[in-house]
Amino acid sequence: METLINKLKAAALKMTLLMALAAGAAFQGCSGTEQGNSKDEAVSADAATAVYVAPGEHDELYSFLSGGFNGQVSVYGIPSGRLLKIIPVFTQFAENGYGYNEESKAMLMTSHGFVPWDDLHHPKLSRADGMADGRWLFVNGNNTPRVARVDLKTFETVEIMEIPNSAGNHCSPYPTNNNEYVLAGTRFSVPLDMKGGTQDVSLNDYKDKFRGSISFIKVDKEHGDMELDFQILVPGFDYDLANGGKGPSEDWVFFTTYNTEKSATLKELGASQNDRDYLAAINWKLAAKYAAEGKAKEMPANYYHNKMDHNSHIAKSTVKKTVRYLLPEDCPGMMYLLPAPKSPHGIDVDPTGEYMVVNGKLASSLPVFAFSKMQKAIKNKDFDGEVNGIPVLKYESVLAAEVKEPGLGPLHTEFDGKGNAYSTMFVSSEVVKWSLKDFQVKDRMPVYYSPGHLMIPGGDTREPYGKYMVVMNKITKDRFLPTGPELMHSAQLIDISGEKMKMLLDFPTVAEPHYAQGIRADLVAPNSVKFFKLDENTHPEAVKSEKDVSVTRNGRNVKINMTSIRSHFTPDNIEGVQVGDTVLFHVTNLEQDWDVPHGFAIMGANNAETLIMPGATQTLKWVPQQAGIYPFYCTDFCSALHQEMQGYVRVSPRGSKVPISFSTGEKKPVPPATASVSK
Amino acid sequence: MKTSHKVLMLLAGLSLGLLFFFPMWKIYLNAPQYPEGLELHIWVNKISGSSESVLQNFNILNHYIGMEPIHAESFAELKIMPYVVVFFMVAGVTLALLGRRRLVLYWTMLLLLAGAVGLFDFYMWLHKFGTNLNPEAPIKVPGMTYIPPLLGSKQLLNFDALSLPGWGSLGVFLAVVLAGLVYFLSRNTNKTASINRKNVLV
Repeated sequence: METLINKLKAAALKMTLLMALAAGAAFQGCSGTEQGNSKDEAVSADAATAVYVAPGEHDELYSFLSGGFNGQVSVYGIPSGRLLKIIPVFTQFAENGYGYNEESKAMLMTSHGFVPWDDLHHPKLSRADGMADGRWLFVNGNNTPRVARVDLKTFETVEIMEIPNSAGNHCSPYPTNNNEYVLAGTRFSVPLDMKGGTQDVSLNDYKDKFRGSISFIKVDKEHGDMELDFQILVPGFDYDLANGGKGPSEDWVFFTTYNTEKSATLKELGASQNDRDYLAAINWKLAAKYAAEGKAKEMPANYYHNKMDHNSHIAKSTVKKTVRYLLPEDCPGMMYLLPAPKSPHGIDVDPTGEYMVVNGKLASSLPVFAFSKMQKAIKNKDFDGEVNGIPVLKYESVLAAEVKEPGLGPLHTEFDGKGNAYSTMFVSSEVVKWSLKDFQVKDRMPVYYSPGHLMIPGGDTREPYGKYMVVMNKITKDRFLPTGPELMHSAQLIDISGEKMKMLLDFPTVAEPHYAQGIRADLVAPNSVKFFKLDENTHPEAVKSEKDVSVTRNGRNVKINMTSIRSHFTPDNIEGVQVGDTVLFHVTNLEQDWDVPHGFAIMGANNAETLIMPGATQTLKWVPQQAGIYPFYCTDFCSALHQEMQGYVRVSPRGSKVPISFSTGEKKPVPPATASVSK
Repeated sequence: MKTSHKVLMLLAGLSLGLLFFFPMWKIYLNAPQYPEGLELHIWVNKISGSSESVLQNFNILNHYIGMEPIHAESFAELKIMPYVVVFFMVAGVTLALLGRRRLVLYWTMLLLLAGAVGLFDFYMWLHKFGTNLNPEAPIKVPGMTYIPPLLGSKQLLNFDALSLPGWGSLGVFLAVVLAGLVYFLSRNTNKTASINRKNVLV
């Protein structure tokens, strides 16, 4: 009986969904055949050739997809959709020991301690003259507010900075057009204690005590190193997404907000009451000027700044103790609010820098603001009141047009550089192409299913590469072979070079991508590091010749400085280790050849392996718990004799008389392959 | 010898200088897993590769078959050869100044002889490396030796080895050709040459 009720319930739910879909279709006035499970109807006949990259050939573009809740970035080739690499950023990565080995642990340190996970949302490429320059990728950690920098020479995370006075670092990280700043805004407002932390207050005090912050991170022109220059403390809304201007608007950055109602509870209702929230416009150049001129105040803070040294491969943490801040009420002309219909999500500025598209996820139309009108409204003081001393501009004075009936649930928009915009419609599961000339819808294509972000390579720059579009879908359902309750999310590659969009390819993505960036391969590939030069390895425990390896005891610590080369470790027989010793394996990979990393793993270690790149040194910590013989071996297939690349550690009971000893081969000296390494 | 012949002879002597700017010989190795190839460059005074770590990678590969590692220090020739080349250059320039035809012939023949000795030495060297294998080597192919070709290509297990003279050898070639040309062209200038010599003597 109960199952019958359940069945009825399920059926009822399905019916409601169907009705909603039908309503959606009617609402948009498009033909019913385009809706529903149309599968491959939209796939053009030449799709296979359009995405085919022959074996041995390279893709046209790199794309960097955020991993969302896996804390990583995945790198895909476009148009093939081939996965090229996974870059761990905020997450421990057992595959190569990131966050497990002694060198990289400091990268994940925060004021809350070691936080080996985060929710990585938005990758943004560094810029020169408004265009992606292929040097670095900035990404945000949403949960424990952090901004990281990935070096595109090595595809490794080289810097992670914690953001104080922030909670839910969501509208982040947005580089200005010449990489002067990377901006990071808070998603959640919190009661700041003005000492870098949050206050212990009642949630009923939300309206009075909660504030948000926008952080201005300065970027070193040459090396990319970040530094938190100052923050702006903003009203206690939720700040959702951000985007910078370009051309005429390049001094400005825009943030969408929701919960201007300042509700602390059940936000799905509480934050959806106002018909209009705001688009916050900040003149970042003026803000930097105010900060430089001494308008900024200083407060105590406590945040971590972690950097990986390129030559030693050792990450170091610094704890920063102060932060400067500006208050908008003290800085006239720095910040304005533009009313934007109902809980807007994405804010996207077109390639000319004139139009700001505000994707109101609960609104029925898509408003487009004009930068020139905004300037005029500021000049004429077309204000509609103010919030915390920040003028609110009149909606009608800044509006260029509203795109009518664009679809249901617009989330994000990108541009093709030919005067067209493409918006994802989450609820109606489609991408809609519309024109910036007449604001009319030109084409629509169903995507599977429920798209969040979309990406046109360079679609947020002055000159988009208007050939492809990648749409990142939240739900996969029947697109791939079923894999139990959890399915890979799906990305879809769409040809946007012609009048009509053409579906080319589905490919699975890792975790849940929120936004992506694409760049021409020739801007990144030629700079790729093939191996680290052994001569430049400054790791204090590096051993550059097999003649110099050592095993030394210092109290209960045993330090093993060893080397790996095809196809052996030196030493490969180690004795004299005792139960409970802290053993540090400092392994230097002596190879100077591309694609020859060596791995190191030892039986029973309460740790991961570590993967050592050619010319680098990595350290694995091991505390043996029982006496016996422990094999170690290379985990990355390195040569015809890879299986033989192994060794043993003898562990004796605590207090044993076995002396420290080590060897490789029965007769010293050194095995043949090494001599040329010594200097 | 006419002034033009002397200039040619001067060029013959100086062209040996190319040996200091370019490798004499290059050995190219190609294998499926080395699509970019490995190049061993043999100079008059050193051994190098197409990039700085090539020698190490050569040695890593060679150790599988038990070949001795290759180092510049292993070859006494590399210490002697620069002096030999400098000697020939100085002698060539001196001959150009003296303008004595017969000596040009001797110089050329001596240079040819030195070149032949060099090539023979190089062959012995390849032979030694290709056959003097460690009996404990992990990879042993019965009857197989690994002597790279002196000139041309040869398949060595998975490697396609190609051996060719480098631009440095062009110096030796130029020196011989130019000096030969001087000897040939100056055959009718004996008289004027003797007159010239008198002039010089006066």
